[in-house]
Amino acid sequence: MRCGTSTRRPQKGTRVNNMDAIDIVKSNYIKELLSKGIREDMRKVSDFRKIKITPNVIQNAEGSAQVDLGATRVLAGVKIDLGEPMEDTPKEGTVAMSAELLPLASADYEAGPPSPEAIELARVVDRGIRAGACIDTADLFLEEGKVWNVYVDIYVLNYYGNLFDASELAAMAALMNTKVPAYADGKAVRTDRSKPLKLNNIVTSATFAKVDGHMLLDPDGNEEAACSTRLTVATDGKKLRALQKGLGGSFNVKEVEEMVDMAMSKHEELKKHLESAR
Amino acid sequence: MGSKANRPELIVDGKRLDGRALDELRPLKIEASVLKNADGSAYLEWGNNKVLAAVYGPVETQPKHMADPSKAIIKCRYAMAPFSSLEEHGRTGPNRRATEISKVTKEAFENVVLLNEFPGSMINIFIEILQSDGGTRVAGITAAAVALASAGIHMKDLIYAVAIGKVGDALILDQNMIEDNYSDADMPIAIAPRNNDVLFLQMDGDFSKEELKRSIDMAIESGKVISKVQKDALRHVYQKAAERYESE
Repeated sequence: MRCGTSTRRPQKGTRVNNMDAIDIVKSNYIKELLSKGIREDMRKVSDFRKIKITPNVIQNAEGSAQVDLGATRVLAGVKIDLGEPMEDTPKEGTVAMSAELLPLASADYEAGPPSPEAIELARVVDRGIRAGACIDTADLFLEEGKVWNVYVDIYVLNYYGNLFDASELAAMAALMNTKVPAYADGKAVRTDRSKPLKLNNIVTSATFAKVDGHMLLDPDGNEEAACSTRLTVATDGKKLRALQKGLGGSFNVKEVEEMVDMAMSKHEELKKHLESAR
Repeated sequence: MGSKANRPELIVDGKRLDGRALDELRPLKIEASVLKNADGSAYLEWGNNKVLAAVYGPVETQPKHMADPSKAIIKCRYAMAPFSSLEEHGRTGPNRRATEISKVTKEAFENVVLLNEFPGSMINIFIEILQSDGGTRVAGITAAAVALASAGIHMKDLIYAVAIGKVGDALILDQNMIEDNYSDADMPIAIAPRNNDVLFLQMDGDFSKEELKRSIDMAIESGKVISKVQKDALRHVYQKAAERYESE
């Protein structure tokens, strides 16, 4: 089992021990630094990289936002279409989330159908937002058999670690800036988009990589190449809303508890970023 | 495609719906080297179109059986984001239209990239349409040319592309989505400005021989502006680098 690069590298070709030389060099470099108590960009273990949220970058979409988390860049776009409800929730709109690891984002990404890594990314982001009941789906009900279908597409434009938190922020920021089309004569009127999408909660996530027993918040690309395992904690500040442990290694219970505490304590800081981009 | 019956007045007193003259380009803005991982990249805004193009390569050809021992091969992906249009949510992944555009885009660049410099290798061109408003394929080619240049890949020329349309008897330059939907003809074209060679040409609708000739002349005239924006984008990258160097 190769280490680290869960969101990074689709399987391709043959490799020595499934890990190429450059990853071993990066990994050794990160571990050597950590043994002296430093990260490659001099951050503390509990620091996020610089966060920049740019809302409304795609005016054709009903909502959008670009997030720069260090050198990682993610664009989320929201489209809202007229559609049918799910059978078991006839009075509620629907939400569908997907993610694409675009081949222009990394030399390791390839064109083609979504990789398991892209699907995991979309599902983890979706779980946090869905479990946090962020989107008021009852408010998306129009009339018998007609509701709004909300589509959130996460477009990874540049990979350098921690796609989970960048994507959670991008999706949330896009939703917070989404306007629902008017509904007239049984049709969506996209030229009249004034009603903000009704949200009831704000969820953020914090992802940790474990490298030689160090828990690193917001791992960058090299740190993901070096890590043995990973945990994503999504929270609204009061409750945990989603967890996802990834990759081959393991955590002990105390480590999990520490990361959960850290994630909850980081929520306010992330929420401030989201609110200032509203 | 809108029908002619419900076509809005696209030209009133010699002006178009967005106020442009018949031979006027929409505002064009290009920024080169915008993505950290790619070997070369460009972000382009052309009217309401927003396009990101990136180049990786030359790299070892994958899969290996596609390698050509005499020259490099080019691979190209053109794709539209599902949130790019003002209409419904699009399907993800390339459809038949995108596959065709990818093919003809690749072929346009095969004529200008010095492929024999890198035998056995592959050059990947990725074009992502983030927002669409008519003329995305020509916007993609114009952006990809800058991305290739910013990747330092040797080319015979820095090519550009533009579309010409026809409304009634009038030829219009660089049509937007509404004009595109209701026009009588649409002709995207890519040109190498050094010798005005045509590297990519498509047309549908109805065009006389004379209109074709006038359209190509219009494209070449507009190319002076497009080429300048492309070159300025590249120049800007090196100017910034030089300023950084001098300040250190």
